[in-house]
Amino acid sequence: MAMELDVFVGNTTIMDEEVYQLWLDGYTVSDAVKVRMEGGVMEECEASADVLLSDTMDQYRTFQMCERLLYSPAKLANQLLFQIPPHRQAILIERYYAFDDAFVREVLGKKLSKGTKKDLDDISAKTNVTLKSCRRQFDNFKRVFKVVEELKGPLVENIRQHFLLSDKLARDYAAIVFFANNRFETGKRKLQYLTFQDFAFCAGQLINNWTVGAVDNMVEDMDVDLDKEFLQELKELKILITDKDLLDQHKSLVCTALRGKTKAFNEMEANFKNLSRGLVNIAAKLTNTKDVRDFFIDLVEKTPSCVGQIHGRHQKLYLQNVSRLKRISSPAYFFPCLSPPPPPADAVISAPPVRTFSVFDLSAVIISSLSASLLESSVCKSDL
Amino acid sequence: MPGKLKAKIVAGRHLPVMDRASDLTDAFVEVKFGNTTFKTDVCPKSLNPQWNSEWFKFEVDDEDLQDEPLQVTVLDHDTYSANDAIGKVYIDIDPLLCNEAASVISGWFPIYDTIHGIRGEINVLVKVELFNDLNRFRQSSCGVKFFCTTSIPRCYRAAMVHGFVEELVVNEDPEYQWIDRIRTPRASNEARQRLISLMSGELQRKIGLKVLEMGGNAVVGYLQCFDLEGESGLVVRAIGTACTLDKLSSGSAPNTATHTHPNTAPASNACNSPSKDGKEPVFGEDLLSSSGPPTPFRALPTSSSSPPPLSPSKPCSRQSSSSDTDLSLTPKTGMGSGGSAGKEAGPLKTLLRQQTQTALEQREFPFFTLTSFPPGFLVHVGGVVSARSVKLLDRIHNPDEPETRDAWWEEIRQEIKSHAKALGCHAVVGYSESTSICEEVCILSASGTAAILNPRYMREGCLDIGIVDHRFEDPSPPSCGFCHIPYDELNMPFPTQLTYCYHCRRQKVPDVLFTTIDLPPEAAVTGKGCLIQARLCRLKKKAQGEVNATAISNLLPFMEYELHTQLMNKLKLRSMNALFGLRIQISIGENMLLGLASATGVYLTALPAPGGIQIAGKTPGDLSNEHHILTIQKRINDTIAKNKEIYQINPPELTEEVVGSPIPEPRQRSRLFRSHSESSDEVSELDLSHGKKDAFVLEIDDTDAVEDIHSLLTDATIPTGFNSCNTEIMPGIYNWTSAVQMFTSVRVFRLSNANLTNQGLNKIFTDLCENLLKSFYFKLRSMIPCCLCHLNFTVAVPEEELIQVAVTAVAMTYDKDQTQEKPAEKPITKGCIETEEQLQFPMELCADSSSTNTQLSSKISGSLTHFFFFLSALSSLERSSPVPDGRSRSLRSTRGFGGSSVTVVKMTPLSFLPGTRIIKYLGIINMFFIRETTSLREEGGVSGFLHSFIAEVFAMVRAHVAALGGNAVVSYSMKECVFMENPNKNQAQCLINVSGDAVICVRETDQEPVPSNIGQTCTSETDGAT
Repeated sequence: MAMELDVFVGNTTIMDEEVYQLWLDGYTVSDAVKVRMEGGVMEECEASADVLLSDTMDQYRTFQMCERLLYSPAKLANQLLFQIPPHRQAILIERYYAFDDAFVREVLGKKLSKGTKKDLDDISAKTNVTLKSCRRQFDNFKRVFKVVEELKGPLVENIRQHFLLSDKLARDYAAIVFFANNRFETGKRKLQYLTFQDFAFCAGQLINNWTVGAVDNMVEDMDVDLDKEFLQELKELKILITDKDLLDQHKSLVCTALRGKTKAFNEMEANFKNLSRGLVNIAAKLTNTKDVRDFFIDLVEKTPSCVGQIHGRHQKLYLQNVSRLKRISSPAYFFPCLSPPPPPADAVISAPPVRTFSVFDLSAVIISSLSASLLESSVCKSDL
Repeated sequence: MPGKLKAKIVAGRHLPVMDRASDLTDAFVEVKFGNTTFKTDVCPKSLNPQWNSEWFKFEVDDEDLQDEPLQVTVLDHDTYSANDAIGKVYIDIDPLLCNEAASVISGWFPIYDTIHGIRGEINVLVKVELFNDLNRFRQSSCGVKFFCTTSIPRCYRAAMVHGFVEELVVNEDPEYQWIDRIRTPRASNEARQRLISLMSGELQRKIGLKVLEMGGNAVVGYLQCFDLEGESGLVVRAIGTACTLDKLSSGSAPNTATHTHPNTAPASNACNSPSKDGKEPVFGEDLLSSSGPPTPFRALPTSSSSPPPLSPSKPCSRQSSSSDTDLSLTPKTGMGSGGSAGKEAGPLKTLLRQQTQTALEQREFPFFTLTSFPPGFLVHVGGVVSARSVKLLDRIHNPDEPETRDAWWEEIRQEIKSHAKALGCHAVVGYSESTSICEEVCILSASGTAAILNPRYMREGCLDIGIVDHRFEDPSPPSCGFCHIPYDELNMPFPTQLTYCYHCRRQKVPDVLFTTIDLPPEAAVTGKGCLIQARLCRLKKKAQGEVNATAISNLLPFMEYELHTQLMNKLKLRSMNALFGLRIQISIGENMLLGLASATGVYLTALPAPGGIQIAGKTPGDLSNEHHILTIQKRINDTIAKNKEIYQINPPELTEEVVGSPIPEPRQRSRLFRSHSESSDEVSELDLSHGKKDAFVLEIDDTDAVEDIHSLLTDATIPTGFNSCNTEIMPGIYNWTSAVQMFTSVRVFRLSNANLTNQGLNKIFTDLCENLLKSFYFKLRSMIPCCLCHLNFTVAVPEEELIQVAVTAVAMTYDKDQTQEKPAEKPITKGCIETEEQLQFPMELCADSSSTNTQLSSKISGSLTHFFFFLSALSSLERSSPVPDGRSRSLRSTRGFGGSSVTVVKMTPLSFLPGTRIIKYLGIINMFFIRETTSLREEGGVSGFLHSFIAEVFAMVRAHVAALGGNAVVSYSMKECVFMENPNKNQAQCLINVSGDAVICVRETDQEPVPSNIGQTCTSETDGAT
């Protein structure tokens, strides 16, 4: 029966999670009804297609009305229009801000501008994510970006508080914001094998170690911009290649730290010089914005041989391993800000709170954070 | 006498952007009461302004306090042009005028604009200082409490029920004033909202005055309605039941579960309660003039405005029944005297009757808007009485005065009263009135249930007398007494088959019983109940004026008859024998009439089992036809069998010997003292061959009849796990859990085919209703097992081709495992001797205390109160156990999302919330909203428009309740939902009127409310409901 008008409003807003997902995924009402029918809801409660259609329309309307509130999730908790139990509000928000890895991979590092938005239909076609869903995700990125842009304090925390997201999702958004801000190039074919989570991990490391916020946590944009001073200092790393003594010292420190921690240890030890040179060369150029953008490409393009040598034999060195490596090795040459739970050995080196970069620190930072992607890349390549 | 109203504007939030350039707003607030206006400072460039204004003080008459709402208008300051209105909040300050209700209004209110809907929120603080009123000639009635609830509100006790109050006020509808041509839609809507707010304030005040005059202090079952008559005006009318209520101290407050003993337990303190001091006896002769509602127009000629007498009203004939006052065999009289019961009327009976009559007949209309009553109040029920009358609005001579309408209603009420008399009853309970208007034709309808009431609630100091009275009281046990016929068996008002009550075996009962009231909690019921609806469409020629009115009034009796037949058939098909909460609505459109009757079907143990339905063909010779009939018959029988299973109707196989005429004395004697199990042995020796069981025959004589039977059978079955009813109590379910989901659903169907037949229309209308129910079941599937309670359907024909159905109901979950057990008492009469029944004890006690019963009977008066105390304590113990899940849930949800500052407000059309106890009534909520749009498509079409409007109305009700300090609305109802659209112009308009009682409730286990806790207490509302 085709209704002229058909509404159902509950005092407590009724939302079906399945329909919500369909709506988020950009299904039209009729497609959603089809999906639900195939899902077997009808048999479950003796409903007819009419009933299903009417229910789906109701829910879609509700979501559309809620969408406005989801733009600033804090409003959802103290608005009066919909009475939604708190745990359900959390689900609504979390789902609304969830994104497809395939989609985010396409826009990662791109400027979140109108121009990019125009290309969304191409991305939609490429990723098989509906255009509607692409737009929502893109707008979410942009909204988060705009809000945190002007805020002081730690990036992840800001995102979590303003958008009431889970820690995991807040970290992902931090990565997206970080990449968009620094415009890292991630779209080149050579980087295609890297997943969003790979980049997100790198972003986490970079935010923690390379940004202004790593030393001072009350500046604007502290977690978004790379620390210029630090990048400048990276130039001094060259001494690690040029000075034989330092090279050996560096090698021995790194090897001590990594010994027994990775199966790729032997290869790394053997190729340490090449590896180190590649990395230091990249690091030294990072004062140039263009080179910052190409950072990840350079890592893959300009150090492949050595990394490849390290992991010549399908050696799987997973991200977790890398981070563990780093954490374990850090007491030897890092300062407290490097890894979240301050290493107990702090006292031993009695690192001053102000950042004083030693060459060892720098190389270790580079190696550990870069190898995240590099090691992974080599693995993938050899898999190919 | 003056009072001082104080208001403070604290802050705003989420305001809309009014200045496109800066994306900000320069907001300020105007606070207006009566003709006085104050303004706050402008809070520049903020969407979350902090005004923190001073206290604005209004010194006003309490008369104005009752009539006027406080108007808060939020505006955007504009230096060069006129200030733009953002929106308004109307705050009804009535709850503050009663010292027992709320003391302060404080909270966030949605800022509402009739064009844009809700636009942000504003935090307002309101207080009232009222000076004591010593003026005898006052026009105000501050302090009279109003309740929408149609039973004695929990946490109160009825010291006295005074009776019917009514009032009606008329005004010109702003939409039809000349000025409407030049003003904006917004201005016109606001004028209308304000006017209705004023009128309902005035109406309440006037009713309050009547109540004070009668010596009461409260109105229960307050029902207020609007008639948008169009050109002839805007009518606001209300009816209610005046009572004197005593507040129960929280310790003795009865539990909220299915039933209470409010009148028995605290019996002793009632008489001494201070509230009654200084009140005059209401029923003394000297009060004759004031006791009835003064209807000023009694004397005026009614002919002046009404069209020729077109009132095809009639009592809904057959469905009445009940026990008798005249004929009952009381133990004392009946036993000794043999012979026919019919003529017997013991002297005590007569006395009782006289008392009752004098009490009730002094008032003009012995009507009660209550639908459920304190135990013992309702003695017998006669059946449904209803009256309808068709009037022409353009014939009103003096449209701005209420006289004509008063006279109309007077006429109808008189008719109802005479119908009740014809049924041998002196009162009408479950009384309600309604109208349906189309152009200049208006149908006025009234209906209720004829009944005989216990007179002791209508006298001063009722309870001390009450104990003495017990001896005069009718000896019918409470579980079946109300079914016994009140009328004279030899002089029946309509043909019906009487049998002896299947429960007590002493008095006559009819074969079916139709009522408009709720099922009395103490009634003995077999199995579960279910919603039964009869739906009907009748085409009518378009016509004007008198011709139209005549056509309509000619159609009405047929519609009533057909609806009645449908109800009866469906009742039989479900193997049930009684209807409760019957509501018949007839709506007029330009070219059709719609009839919808809803009720809850029940199998009353006291009434005989319904016979099956037999199909008979007109032409016996035709073989194929014969075969056809057989298949239908088989289907019907199957359906009945299936329904018996679904509703768990398996009454004990009873003997039929008592059907029909009075039984020889000796046999009856023996029955009286025999339990049911014993009586089954008797079957063999009794005559079973009266053959009346299958008396219901449907004749198939034409295609219409076949269609009817088909539609009868195609009524969709309820999916497993669901139950539905339109009453407060669902028979057969007693263990509610705490999840509650109130909802409103509206559907409008456009008839596409211009040449529809009655049959086709019926089909469409039936499908519309059935599909609505189906979609409820689907949407609420996560709440299974659950029951849709108080399903209230409203039909309308907003335009020629449109049928509109609006439903408000509540879904409540229950614990499946124990559905069969009625917690406190089971309907038993086994072997009980009269005295227990007389005392209205829950019967379970009989078993252990049977030895003491005989003693008790001899000295009832002494031990009575004591015993009742004991009983109520007992039942409250049992009640409090099934609560636990609410607590754990709320803990979890508060932890999860601490930031929420919004109080959760539960809403329900019922008078209680399962698992909770109402500890305070904060006042009546009665709100009227208009919403209009000129950008219908942009707002998501008609559905999007109405969806957001209903959500907004809910939000505003919740906000007002929260501001009063409450956390729930009980007895919520949507009285009016008038929707008009003009898709071509991209326009739509909708008017909604809602009402209910704002309350504070706490979980049943909690002793005292912890204010800060209230918000969280209810967060568990519908964990399950999505």
